Amino acid sequence: MPESTKESAQAGPVISVRDLRVQYGELEILHGINFDVELAQTLVILGGSGSGKSTLLRTLVGLEKPSAGQIWMKGQNLASISRAEMDEIRKKIGMSFQGGALFGSMTVGENVALPLREHTNLEDSTIEIIVRLKLDQVGLAGFEYYMPSELSGGMKKRAAVARALAMDPEILFFDEPSAGLDPIIAAGIDHLILQLKKAFHMTVIVVTHELASAFLIADRMVLIDKGQIVAFGTTEEMRSSTHPRVRQFLDRVPEPEVSQELDYLQMLTENTRKAGRMAGWRRGA
Amino acid sequence: MMEFVAQVGDTVTNCLAYVGALASLVTRASYYAFVGPFQGKHPRWQGAVSQAMDVGVRALPILSLITFFIGLILALQSAYELRKLGALTYVASAVAVSMSRELGPLITAILVIGRSGSALAAEIGTMRVTEEIDALETMAIEPVDFLVTPKFLAMILMMPCLTMWANSMGILGGSLFGVAQADFTWVRYIRSSLDALYLRDISTGLIKSVMFGITITAVGCHEGFSTGGGAEEIGRSTTQAVVISIFMVIAVDLVFTALFFFVGDR
Amino acid sequence: MQISTRRFDKTAILDISGDIDLAHSTEVRRMVLSEFREKRTPRVILNLNDVNYIDSSAVASLVEGLKASRDVGSRLILFGLSPIAHEVLQLSRLLKMFEIYDTEELALQA
Repeated sequence: MPESTKESAQAGPVISVRDLRVQYGELEILHGINFDVELAQTLVILGGSGSGKSTLLRTLVGLEKPSAGQIWMKGQNLASISRAEMDEIRKKIGMSFQGGALFGSMTVGENVALPLREHTNLEDSTIEIIVRLKLDQVGLAGFEYYMPSELSGGMKKRAAVARALAMDPEILFFDEPSAGLDPIIAAGIDHLILQLKKAFHMTVIVVTHELASAFLIADRMVLIDKGQIVAFGTTEEMRSSTHPRVRQFLDRVPEPEVSQELDYLQMLTENTRKAGRMAGWRRGA
Repeated sequence: MMEFVAQVGDTVTNCLAYVGALASLVTRASYYAFVGPFQGKHPRWQGAVSQAMDVGVRALPILSLITFFIGLILALQSAYELRKLGALTYVASAVAVSMSRELGPLITAILVIGRSGSALAAEIGTMRVTEEIDALETMAIEPVDFLVTPKFLAMILMMPCLTMWANSMGILGGSLFGVAQADFTWVRYIRSSLDALYLRDISTGLIKSVMFGITITAVGCHEGFSTGGGAEEIGRSTTQAVVISIFMVIAVDLVFTALFFFVGDR
Repeated sequence: MQISTRRFDKTAILDISGDIDLAHSTEVRRMVLSEFREKRTPRVILNLNDVNYIDSSAVASLVEGLKASRDVGSRLILFGLSPIAHEVLQLSRLLKMFEIYDTEELALQA
């Protein structure tokens, strides 16, 4: 057993992002992002829709390729490692997608068991116990033989969390954990995140626009706007920040009116071609 | 004029790129199917068996019915000409040969496209839209290995079986005419069908059917993977998969039939 | 990870050192299960003093061991849990299910 214990990874941040840029075709979504995440910390990525926060998350787990800059995860630069090395890292991360992304053709239990069946040589009986433990942790004990289509939205999301936890990940990524859930279930997910951090010293990265939940679970927060980091800091620093964009986001002020008529005219006319091209990439993506 | 040439060039490059993408998908799927298990990866036989049920066994009733009718139609059509020559006894061989050389594999392929090719595209397309493919990747599970390989195995296993079945049902359909109109007995009809067939007729049909299976899987899965965002895109992929599959199957059919014709020694 | 076994009359003590994780829990499972199912040892004690981290597969293996011990009417006793192991068992709500002691002496007296 070499240095794979949770303690020995303490040196340095778990994730470092340096000057990260991401492009879809010619359109740059992220314009140079920098931040670090320390072990057993929860980082909340805040931002409005279209701010690039989901793209940032997808890039962190390797679903999008950066056009420039680096992502260091557990001391390795994601850009320069082989597919096999990336797979090794991916076995140690868990990702919970916004809609759950459960496999519709498998039962909830099979969904949770899948990474264990694919990547370990554990006996079936052991895997079954792990599945039940994980489902119990997310409050879905007894649902292992249900199909995902038989679950409500909140249950799907929790089942997805159970699947993300199956391999005991060191880093857990969350895309909009409480979007579209009723407040009680959303609070339950927040509570689970706090528990996991405490018990497993898990590093958690959450993308959200729910402010209440963000302030509850975060150690550090980063606010992204138009593909750039506007503010980075602890929850207190965020609360007391005087940065106009931060204030606007936290106080829920609507977008200001476009003041300059010329700018407005330009905005209406200039980008028409670009937008058409963007739709084209979406289709190709 | 220049524009026209450029357009033709564009189309040709796009077609070649498409075929290239299919070829690369097939290569990867066969790598995971036949090489992967020897490198300690999980073999995908279990998934392949359930896929084979879907692709193969569940297609049997409708396939039987269709090919029975096709056999009967073939008998009627060929009898129309053969009757003039007073050679009605050749109905059996005409049906048997055209079924096993051409129509058995082709009708099977077209039915499988309608049943399974479209389903492949819809299934994988849905998984793309609901981020299930992304989920596989973040779990370090290769989507081609996990999704395509079992379907690929099932298809190359089931297509020849279905084709054999289609051939027999076609001959059976022909025999209905033979017995009713051409003074055959059941046994004599079947015997003269078998006499008319050479091993080569059957084997070329089976080789083609395997190729069709590979083509259908590749097109269906490729269309599924290239589904963009949104539910309406799934419908588009499904339609595309069916249309392109039918075209590709006919093209592959032509290539192999020509190949067998020129390489043939008969 | 290493396991060595000490035996006296009706007791087997498995001294485990290293982390029990996905790669090693199958071995722990095999040894514990064979103590109960094949050797029919009435009391099996796991020394976890030199174990820092246990993951869910280890917990699941321990649960299987506990079930096997109950099936044959034997006892499975743990001692020397690290704080992490303690917390992992707690999160799984299993802390009260196992017989857990602080030291070997206490475990042997039990």
